[in-house]
Amino acid sequence: MTEQDAAPVDPDVDLHVPSMRKELHAPVLAAISAGGVLGALARYALARAWPHPPHGFPWSTFVINVTGCFLIGVLMVIVTEVVTHKPLLRPFLGVGVLGGYTTFSTYVVDIQRAAAEGAPLVALTYLTLTVVAALLAVYLGTVLTRAAVHR
Amino acid sequence: MITVLLVALGAAVGAPLRYLTDRAVQARHDSVFPWGTFTVNVCGSLVLGFLTALPTSPAATALLGTGFCGALTTYSTFSYETLRLAQQGARFYALANVIASLVAGLGAAAIGLLLAQAIK
Repeated sequence: MTEQDAAPVDPDVDLHVPSMRKELHAPVLAAISAGGVLGALARYALARAWPHPPHGFPWSTFVINVTGCFLIGVLMVIVTEVVTHKPLLRPFLGVGVLGGYTTFSTYVVDIQRAAAEGAPLVALTYLTLTVVAALLAVYLGTVLTRAAVHR
Repeated sequence: MITVLLVALGAAVGAPLRYLTDRAVQARHDSVFPWGTFTVNVCGSLVLGFLTALPTSPAATALLGTGFCGALTTYSTFSYETLRLAQQGARFYALANVIASLVAGLGAAAIGLLLAQAIK
């Protein structure tokens, strides 16, 4: 099995991966909770600093989600291929910080709000641009990190 | 300052709840399709759609919207899963994950909005 095959599909928890199946302990949940707080506060701060009108493009959430996707790509290469013996690293940084930082619900609700405010083009652009940029970011995150660590 | 604490409190519950829900959903199926993440994202969208259509106080928005729903749902996990599915050759699942998450998420938020309007 190559390193890529050993990596989980679900970075939060993938029950096909034996180590993740066994990790349901209080320290793991505490790490996720603490990480989630940090991630959510970072998102809150960015959203406060960079507000958008209901009919405008939600730049702060766009940037949050795309950067969060890049970082999960970086992190998953590190925890599956480099630092494989730190069991709290992925729960804290991946499930907690990045999961708390990025958001799907705000993305979806902002799309509807823009549409309801008479800005369907903004809604559609935001919808597609986020998906495309997020997937590109997570791909680049993994590829660039793999290239850097296996040099 | 109180708003910051409410965001933190909501996230402190939302993030581990995503993890526990994800585990519970995965334990009930064996498919490679990421139903766990799909579930939290759709549920979180329903709740946020409901909340935003109600005349909620800034405190409730911080606690339940920004904190809880924001940390319960995730874009990073969603996109990483999509990439992994595509890399494993499950291109159909990768595409299905994107389309199903978007359609179900938007649908759930719309239902949440309708529910809020119905009880308002």
